[in-house]
Amino acid sequence: MIAEIHAGAHALPTSTGLDHRKMGFWAFLGSECMFFGSLIATYMVYKGKSPSGPQPHEILNIPLTSISTFVLLMSSLLMVLALAAVQRGDRLGAKLWLFGTPFFGSIFLAFQVYEFTTFVHEGLTLQVNLFGGTFFVLTGFHGAHVSVGVVWLLSLWVMALRNRLTPVDATIVEIAGLYWHFVDIVWIVIFTFVYLLQ
Amino acid sequence: MSRLRRLTGWLTTVDHKRIGILYGVSAFAFFLIGGIEALLIRLQLAFPRDSLISAETYNQLFTMHGTTMIFLAVMPLSSAFFNFLVPLMIGARDVAFPRLNALSFWIFLFGGIFINASFLFGAAPNAGWFGYANLTSKTFSEGQNLDFWLLGLLVLGASSLIAGFNFIVTIVNMRAPGMTFMRLPTFVWMTLITQFLIILAFPPITVGLILLGFDRFVGTNFYNPAAGGNPLLWQHLFWLFGHPEVYILILPPMGIISEVLPTFARKPLFGYPVVIYSGILIAFFGFGVWSHHMFTVGLGPVADSAFSIATMLIGIPTGVKIFNWLATLWGGRIRFQTPLYFALGFISMFLIGGLSGIMHASPPVDMQQQDSYFVVAHLHYVLVGGSLFGLFAGIYYWWPKIAGRLLDERLGRVNFWLFFIGFNVAFFPMHFLGVMGMPRRIYTYAEGLNWELWNRTSTAGAFLLGVAILVFLFNALVSLRRGAVAPADPWDGRTLEWSIPSPPPSYNFAEVPIVKSRDELWAQKKGRRSAVPRSEASPEAIHLPAPSHYPIVVAFGIITLAAGALTHLWVSVAGAFLMIYGIYRFAFEYRSGAHG
Repeated sequence: MIAEIHAGAHALPTSTGLDHRKMGFWAFLGSECMFFGSLIATYMVYKGKSPSGPQPHEILNIPLTSISTFVLLMSSLLMVLALAAVQRGDRLGAKLWLFGTPFFGSIFLAFQVYEFTTFVHEGLTLQVNLFGGTFFVLTGFHGAHVSVGVVWLLSLWVMALRNRLTPVDATIVEIAGLYWHFVDIVWIVIFTFVYLLQ
Repeated sequence: MSRLRRLTGWLTTVDHKRIGILYGVSAFAFFLIGGIEALLIRLQLAFPRDSLISAETYNQLFTMHGTTMIFLAVMPLSSAFFNFLVPLMIGARDVAFPRLNALSFWIFLFGGIFINASFLFGAAPNAGWFGYANLTSKTFSEGQNLDFWLLGLLVLGASSLIAGFNFIVTIVNMRAPGMTFMRLPTFVWMTLITQFLIILAFPPITVGLILLGFDRFVGTNFYNPAAGGNPLLWQHLFWLFGHPEVYILILPPMGIISEVLPTFARKPLFGYPVVIYSGILIAFFGFGVWSHHMFTVGLGPVADSAFSIATMLIGIPTGVKIFNWLATLWGGRIRFQTPLYFALGFISMFLIGGLSGIMHASPPVDMQQQDSYFVVAHLHYVLVGGSLFGLFAGIYYWWPKIAGRLLDERLGRVNFWLFFIGFNVAFFPMHFLGVMGMPRRIYTYAEGLNWELWNRTSTAGAFLLGVAILVFLFNALVSLRRGAVAPADPWDGRTLEWSIPSPPPSYNFAEVPIVKSRDELWAQKKGRRSAVPRSEASPEAIHLPAPSHYPIVVAFGIITLAAGALTHLWVSVAGAFLMIYGIYRFAFEYRSGAHG
């Protein structure tokens, strides 16, 4: 089986021994750091610069978001289990954890939808002040990343259901995992800067 | 039927050489459009109080001239060389992700057409290539001009990013056995550095453009001072991209002339490691100098000093490179042929642009020159005198490899001298105009300011430049029709691409070469050791990636998505579905059939 994994991962030998897709994806994550870095910097620059409208301390619900943050963090744990299951050819585990990870991600998204609608009802919109604009754009782009991850992982889950995900394919699950963990880490930074450090 | 099949072949190709040619041809077409815009600008400025072009049209012309030359001409011309040459120079059969490579090209082409389509609606972008907030706000620019601009740039950014990831992996991971990093051809090194600049510099402008899009489409206040927003946020996000972008434009041509000079001086590149390290340092410092574009906004003496010092520091590795090139020529047995002419043109003209750049690095000096024609002169000396001379050196150098035919040497020299003289006549007087106080971006000026003479001279030079480009086009067409057939190695080259036929076969190398030296082909030819033995394996047995039509489908979905923002939501939805469908088919293409 190990020979099989190697045959799949290294169809062509590479100069560094690393898989092309994995290396390309790390480069993509480097680029994503600059993307979220710019969004977070924009939020920080405009912090406290809203002359009117709701302010962060009046509206942010730290206990509620702590719960959704915890759920997202746990989804990363499930992601690790999913990869391990695919790597050792555990089909049942793969099906279970590849569903569990996006399911937890969806719970996080549901919390975000609830949070956004509540805020809009309380008068915080994209247009009302800079806090609204920076908050919704930053957390919205993070939410969009989570959504892409959910769709991606569910696609892998469907492949697992059809028994088309063998240990040879572990690399594609690993790359989805890289993405998922990255999005998770970005949330930790956002949660810290937006919610905890008001 | 066979014509249709040939067209489909080009539309679905994943061959890096064909994609390189597609990049080159499209970029050159956009270059001609940008050139025509420049000529119209110069016609308008030839006489005071001229009414050839209205103020509004003039704004559109200079904005599209800048945007086109940077994003649609110089960057993709460099991409043409990356695509065609990098796999050949590192001894690979293709790039790491051939289909993503095709995707990059189609996104670029559709994005370029999208931005230029704005002319058909009389709504070409009109706020300058750096689109300063809050000129770009809905209040001051109601039409769709800037929507075309921001959507087009977002799309083009995606193309550059995808290509960036692809080439990083290709260069790091697909080097032939023995091709260590310190044996990589200099052009490949500069390509690698450029890709890192691209993947780190494009996200900030993407965010800047997204915020602008929210301001314009949704009514947020990111750049609206009335609601507490700060227009300087745009300047920071833009120049955090914009300055590294300058090195994205100049490093590949620096790589090109680092290949041309040793070949024509018949000497190895002087101080190869130092040239590489200088390139890395230029890129590194390039991220710490963006605010030198903002000395006049009042960031304060500390920030101004820091950015001023960092900017002057960049002059050091750049100067080191220039001395390395000169030392490469020193004592060489020089053959004066067209590629070398353009390479020498690069060194001398880029030097002038570099020197005026050092002048701008000083805030008090810059404050005098800001927004004057002096800056226009500077940026054209580095982008035309630098980038374009370098790219032409590359075109003349690698044309035989790409086209399989030689360019005419005499026409090449005519092309060079017309270009060199026209360029200096067009742009050197702009230094004087700037010092005499002529501001950039004015569509006309009053008589009696003593600006007439130099403006007229500059216009004459611009048309001479136009003639030089026509000479090149003539040379290229004659070469394709009835040029002498090019041998594999017409210049006595040093790098691996000259070891295979011109044009190269689809599989590039019948057998992957084993590299033992920095100037591998020279080492083989000088007889220090025999050439790599050719295997008897038939080329038909070589596995090549199959053509795919999903790249163009995904790219079309993306551009439809963008077009929907200007027309109707349902167009965007249709585009999004097409894109997602294309991505899924793309992802599962290899899983259904034979293994890829």
